[in-house]
Amino acid sequence: MSLLRYRPDFFDSLKEVHLPFDPEVLASLRAGDLISLTGTLYTGRDQTHRRFEALLDRGEPLPIDLAGQLLYYVGPSPAQPGQVIGAAGPTTSYRMDTYTPRLLELGLSGTMGKGSRSPQVREAMVQHRAVYLATFGGAGALLSKCIKEAEVVAFEDAGPEALFRFRVEEFPAVVINDILGNDFYEMVHQEKI
Amino acid sequence: MDAGTQLEPDILEALLAARDSEESLLARHVLELFISNADIASREKIPVCQDTGVAVLFVDIGQDIQVEGSLEDAIQEGVKRGYQDGYLRSSVCDPLTRVNTGTNTPAVIHYEITPGDQLKISMLPKGCGSENMSGLAMLPPSAGIQGMIDFVVEQAVKAGPNPCPPIIVGVGMGGTFEKAAYLAKKSLLRPLGEASRRQDVAELEQQILAEINRQGVGVQGLGGNHTALAVHIESFPSHIASLPVAVNIQCHAHRHKEMVL
Repeated sequence: MSLLRYRPDFFDSLKEVHLPFDPEVLASLRAGDLISLTGTLYTGRDQTHRRFEALLDRGEPLPIDLAGQLLYYVGPSPAQPGQVIGAAGPTTSYRMDTYTPRLLELGLSGTMGKGSRSPQVREAMVQHRAVYLATFGGAGALLSKCIKEAEVVAFEDAGPEALFRFRVEEFPAVVINDILGNDFYEMVHQEKI
Repeated sequence: MDAGTQLEPDILEALLAARDSEESLLARHVLELFISNADIASREKIPVCQDTGVAVLFVDIGQDIQVEGSLEDAIQEGVKRGYQDGYLRSSVCDPLTRVNTGTNTPAVIHYEITPGDQLKISMLPKGCGSENMSGLAMLPPSAGIQGMIDFVVEQAVKAGPNPCPPIIVGVGMGGTFEKAAYLAKKSLLRPLGEASRRQDVAELEQQILAEINRQGVGVQGLGGNHTALAVHIESFPSHIASLPVAVNIQCHAHRHKEMVL
């Protein structure tokens, strides 16, 4: 089993990025950059976004200030005794597309999931200087090892769809959309990188 | 429970083989990461993926056996306990209210009557990032084999990075609307990459796999020559007016388990 290692070499070649984002670092990220995230982020998926929207529609504040933050699309599996969190890989991002421009207007600096974003989201990211990151779908056990603390901040009744705060260390991701409007999936598709 | 944390040897071998023949350095790194993920999951009993799926079960009931009590209730209870005791995620909700049932039940159960006196249960915890990228076409018979190939390839390629490639492509050809979909799902139970017993169908599986992998979506949509690990086709005769073809997409975290009682 020597082929199986906890820490692929890949992890050593990533560009370090601290969370919440520093505006200068955020602006320097480019589509295709392999990065390693350390700091705090928030989570949310379908239900979390529905509830955000309901609050905003009623003119009520969100449970967290999104300015400068990274929102990770994940619904973790339950933690076992002694674990910080269960498996916690990305869910598919397009389902959050309809909600995202409004959150970017509130100052959200980045989102992370897997798969392409809509033209509307891409446009809003350029307008509000935000990035979209992809992490590795189907690597939930490995990614859980990069999550050092996890706590539910709101919507606990939504189970896996609750809003969590994670403290992450060396969490790997790829920059898909940068603030200039580049899209790494498109670059791969066009150039067959 | 094991079906959540343990990848079967067939999928592990396919990931190792893909890594060794992958042309893109980034894709090779990511495949390596999936192999490490499987290792961590199995050693620490963490789910391979947080989407531990909707439980899809295929139950083959030997016609010579008699079951006392409700088999359906027993299976649903088993699924409920397995998900709770195994710290697997409850991902099932009402389609209208979107309220989570909290138990990951009801499971989707398909029964078939088979010869003999055995009860065989196959479990496929189906993640829905990949399930959502599935599709079905009621083609005109004039579309022919090429029409089916084009539909399957298009379905796999337009899914892009969404279903967590490298994917496994389950295909049902023929039958009726629901039969084609059922066969597409059932084909995913076949050991990974095992060819169809029908020679012409087996050749078609290879042809479609090569065509999908030529399109360059690659591992996680990040490029390379492994968009799909395998194409499995099940066929069934159809009406003279009809040519249904269904594509059920499965992610690389392909979990499945069988038991015979």
